[in-house]
Amino acid sequence: MIKGLLVCAALISVITTTGIVISLLGETIAFFGDVGVGAYLTGTKWSPLFQPPSFGVLPLVSGTLIISAVAMLVAAPLGLGAAIYLSEYARPRLRRTVKPILELLAGVPTIVFGYFALVFFTPEILRGLFGLDVAVFNGLAAGIIIGFLIVPTVASISEDAMTAVPQALREGAFALGASKLQVTMRVVFPAALSGIVASLVLALSRAVGETMVVVIAAGLVPQWGAKLGEPMETMTAFIAATAKGDVPTGSTEYKTLFAVGTTLFVITLVMNLISIRFVRRYRQVYE
Amino acid sequence: MTARRVKGIAFQGALIGCIAISVLLLGTLLFDVVSDGSGDLDFEFITSFASIDAEQSGIQAALWGTVWLMVVCAGFIVPVGVATAIYLEEYADETKWWNRMIEVNIQNLAAVPSIVYGILGLAFLVRGPISLGPVILAGGLTLGLLVLPVVIVAAREAIRAVPPSIREGSMALGATQWQTVWRQVLPASVPGIATGVILALSRAIGETAPLIVVGAATFIAFNPEGLDSRFTAMPIQIFDWISRPSSELNDYRPLAAAGILLLMLLLVAMNSVAIWLRNRYERRW
Repeated sequence: MIKGLLVCAALISVITTTGIVISLLGETIAFFGDVGVGAYLTGTKWSPLFQPPSFGVLPLVSGTLIISAVAMLVAAPLGLGAAIYLSEYARPRLRRTVKPILELLAGVPTIVFGYFALVFFTPEILRGLFGLDVAVFNGLAAGIIIGFLIVPTVASISEDAMTAVPQALREGAFALGASKLQVTMRVVFPAALSGIVASLVLALSRAVGETMVVVIAAGLVPQWGAKLGEPMETMTAFIAATAKGDVPTGSTEYKTLFAVGTTLFVITLVMNLISIRFVRRYRQVYE
Repeated sequence: MTARRVKGIAFQGALIGCIAISVLLLGTLLFDVVSDGSGDLDFEFITSFASIDAEQSGIQAALWGTVWLMVVCAGFIVPVGVATAIYLEEYADETKWWNRMIEVNIQNLAAVPSIVYGILGLAFLVRGPISLGPVILAGGLTLGLLVLPVVIVAAREAIRAVPPSIREGSMALGATQWQTVWRQVLPASVPGIATGVILALSRAIGETAPLIVVGAATFIAFNPEGLDSRFTAMPIQIFDWISRPSSELNDYRPLAAAGILLLMLLLVAMNSVAIWLRNRYERRW
């Protein structure tokens, strides 16, 4: 009896996944009844509210990819640098203080990062300090700030992977006369590679799914071929901005939420599964 | 000095630089929020409702909305999360495919973008089969589903940390499996579980995107009265203030900063409790 109740609780998470898939698919199929799949996936104009409406998702996908790419350019070097330092160089005490401070970056609500990107980072840093000619709302600031937000994801998973590399490998390399730098980059780093890849993929998936920073700081203009300093819109930002207006059930607008949601869900799902697979690989090797 | 040593020192410098840049950004962010918001964060701000007039505007309805959401969220994640963890750790046979599927499923749910949970809430809880409308219960449950994996993972770790000898001792004295779990394993893992619940709630409290999709109202001048009451929440109110066009007469930006500051203070308080719990009650076996 009790076991039955426990199983029911465990099934709630399975039901959640099923619920997500069903809710997304139902309306998405209805959407593709109105708009062709080809027009949706290859169209370069996204204007669901104009007359006549146009439903090409590419501007939203490109906005998402550009902002995520900027985020990864920030997060990959910073996160990996932090991970290498904490795992190979830092003394235990320093490690114990620095780690929680870095994790704080992941604990701050993303709306706060959005506020910071719009009110401080664009005007004071991008325009002021670097003298860049960027719009008030732009993809560059949103991308950089999202990058900082996912630094802890890269740093903590990569650090776990590098710490898991057996000490004997390091000692062997030192015994052959390698320097600390050589041991780190040619022995530890390759040995931890699958964990490092996992951390990067997971971080990318978080960047793709991040909403508030983009809604607040990137502007809500879906543009195919937008430049970095110009406003752009991502899939997540479109969903948030459209849902805010209390869309009537069954309208085409309502269906677009789900079609874009499905696109987003599929992209992140693939990345998450890749990441889970890589993590499992490094665990199997050393534990 | 050899080239090899110079390289080594330069590399180490670059690594320290990576950490320094991240910490510097965090510091700037905190400083910016405090300097923008501390002027408006006072008793009046906490006890006033939102208003067009920036001078008189406050965060009361959103604060209470957040409190209600957190109560609903906790009421959902504690029983469901702990029961799932007990099942996976104490009862499930890991060689069976369906149990492995549940585990992969939970891992994957943890990485689903939060806005997708908003879509789930909108399609199932607010409209569709359950049709609660955009009320506290729907918002709280949506957040609950979102942070459930956090609780499950933390509770599993806490339960796993209880040594098998405790279970064996209990069983040897004639206790059933459930009596063992209920009277020995669970009490021993309460601190770990409580820490996990607080961390989950501190994630939920700052979530904005799912609440926007679920349909939290942006302009509400009353406190929630029950589970079926319409609501706003702190991050929603902050978002409204950020995106509202400001003029000379009505500048909403400082209000947004004050709201953020209040939210961050709540977060610090919650995390302090979690750290205290961990240090005070953590047992080494």
